[in-house]
Amino acid sequence: MIEFRGVSKRFPDGTLAVSGVDIVIPPRKTTVLVGSSGSGKTTLLRMINRMVDATDGQVLIDGTDVSTLEPVALRRSIGYVMQNSGLLPHRKVIDNVATVPMLRGVRKREAHAAALELLDTVGLDRSLAGKYPSQLSGGQQQRVGVARGLAVDPNILLMDEPFGAVDPIVRSELQQELLRLQGELGKTVVFVTHDIDEAFLLGDQVVIMQQGGRISQAASPAEILANPADDFVADFVGADRGKRLLHLREVDGRQLVVDDDGRAAGVLAS
Amino acid sequence: MTWLWSNLDLVGELSLVHLALSVPAIILSFVVSVPIGWLAHRYRWSRGVLLTLCGLLYAIPSLALLIALPVFTGLGVRSPVNLVVALTLYGIAVIVRTAADAFDAIDRDVRQSATAVGYSGFGRFRAVELPLAGPVLLSGLRVVIVSTVSLATIGAVIGVPSLGSLFTDGFQRGIQAEIATGIVATIVLALLLDQLAVLAGRLLMPWTRLGPGRRAGSAVEGARP
Repeated sequence: MIEFRGVSKRFPDGTLAVSGVDIVIPPRKTTVLVGSSGSGKTTLLRMINRMVDATDGQVLIDGTDVSTLEPVALRRSIGYVMQNSGLLPHRKVIDNVATVPMLRGVRKREAHAAALELLDTVGLDRSLAGKYPSQLSGGQQQRVGVARGLAVDPNILLMDEPFGAVDPIVRSELQQELLRLQGELGKTVVFVTHDIDEAFLLGDQVVIMQQGGRISQAASPAEILANPADDFVADFVGADRGKRLLHLREVDGRQLVVDDDGRAAGVLAS
Repeated sequence: MTWLWSNLDLVGELSLVHLALSVPAIILSFVVSVPIGWLAHRYRWSRGVLLTLCGLLYAIPSLALLIALPVFTGLGVRSPVNLVVALTLYGIAVIVRTAADAFDAIDRDVRQSATAVGYSGFGRFRAVELPLAGPVLLSGLRVVIVSTVSLATIGAVIGVPSLGSLFTDGFQRGIQAEIATGIVATIVLALLLDQLAVLAGRLLMPWTRLGPGRRAGSAVEGARP
């Protein structure tokens, strides 16, 4: 369990990126931090592995204040996946996946064997192991990034807009893959995105953040849709042309579901 | 050409002496410049001072430097060590800014992700920053190689033998072929070392040779493990 208690972050230039955040991130569930740019969601994520240190308040992992933990050891115990994969371009795929275990002192042979299995886990052909990241497609690179994040079998997996830079078809594929993986592995996933659809698809808990790093609402997708906490949330979740307000319309004897603009969204199952 | 054939031994010997002067200077200037460049990259406030000071080295007239150096090294004016030190200083002036730029040019995402997965301090420098700065460092090294090999000829003026001795001797005795040989041999030596550096770069940085044409997807995938 990860807990934020009254956490604020003011950067040296005076910007208040996160302000008075209290939130509990339940174990073995996916929590999605969603908001537009400047809402402090990435800063919040980075406070968990001490890439950023809070100026006020506490971040606790299983009851331990992270500020009492050694940052490098902490980072090596937490999986991290970022946009554009963040892979080391000068290392082969297999070495990228084996990076963190080897930093923790695992022998190369064992680390490589485990890395090959991880390629299977994330749905990549083992023949890619000897390639360099630049020889892979964007989607493949992102899968390698996920494999690297899982390499030390961490309890916590931090994902910072991991699917932000791939095309919509690959993105949807990766999202389904993540749902499948999470079903099998049950990690505590903290996922950052600016895409509310992605947040609702992946999140057990969705945390909506607004400018200045304040939390507007943290709840399950269903609760947020049913009871938006305020106008900001209502606007944010329905921002895409009111497409979440759906109506029924009968066309040629079938019940069609249409959005606020009258566009067909689907057919009502009979 | 007859001059060259009858003096092949001399040219060969001077080439080796020339190498013995320039190679240590090239290596030393590279080894010294990389940490200075890294400091200039890492600590913004030091950048202006470090790069300007190192750049100013190049403004010191070479003859004056060669005459002044023995005062600091305590060695005779004709000691080759003085020349190696002088060449190293000029080499530093040439490469240090490139070294700083090389570290600046590393992708911010890659650096951050290296930190995020638990690289730190010297480990990150050695395993991530140095190799990624490699291609730009190599281009700086190539300039140093060519400039050092050509500058080493100045030693002949103060009596340190090198391929430059072929110019001075040729001028004094009026042998055109000897002067021409000196020039050509210096250029050949420079190009040789340059190609050696390129080759070493290919061996040490295999990932830089990957063209976009070899991306997975366009190539036959998974044909061979």
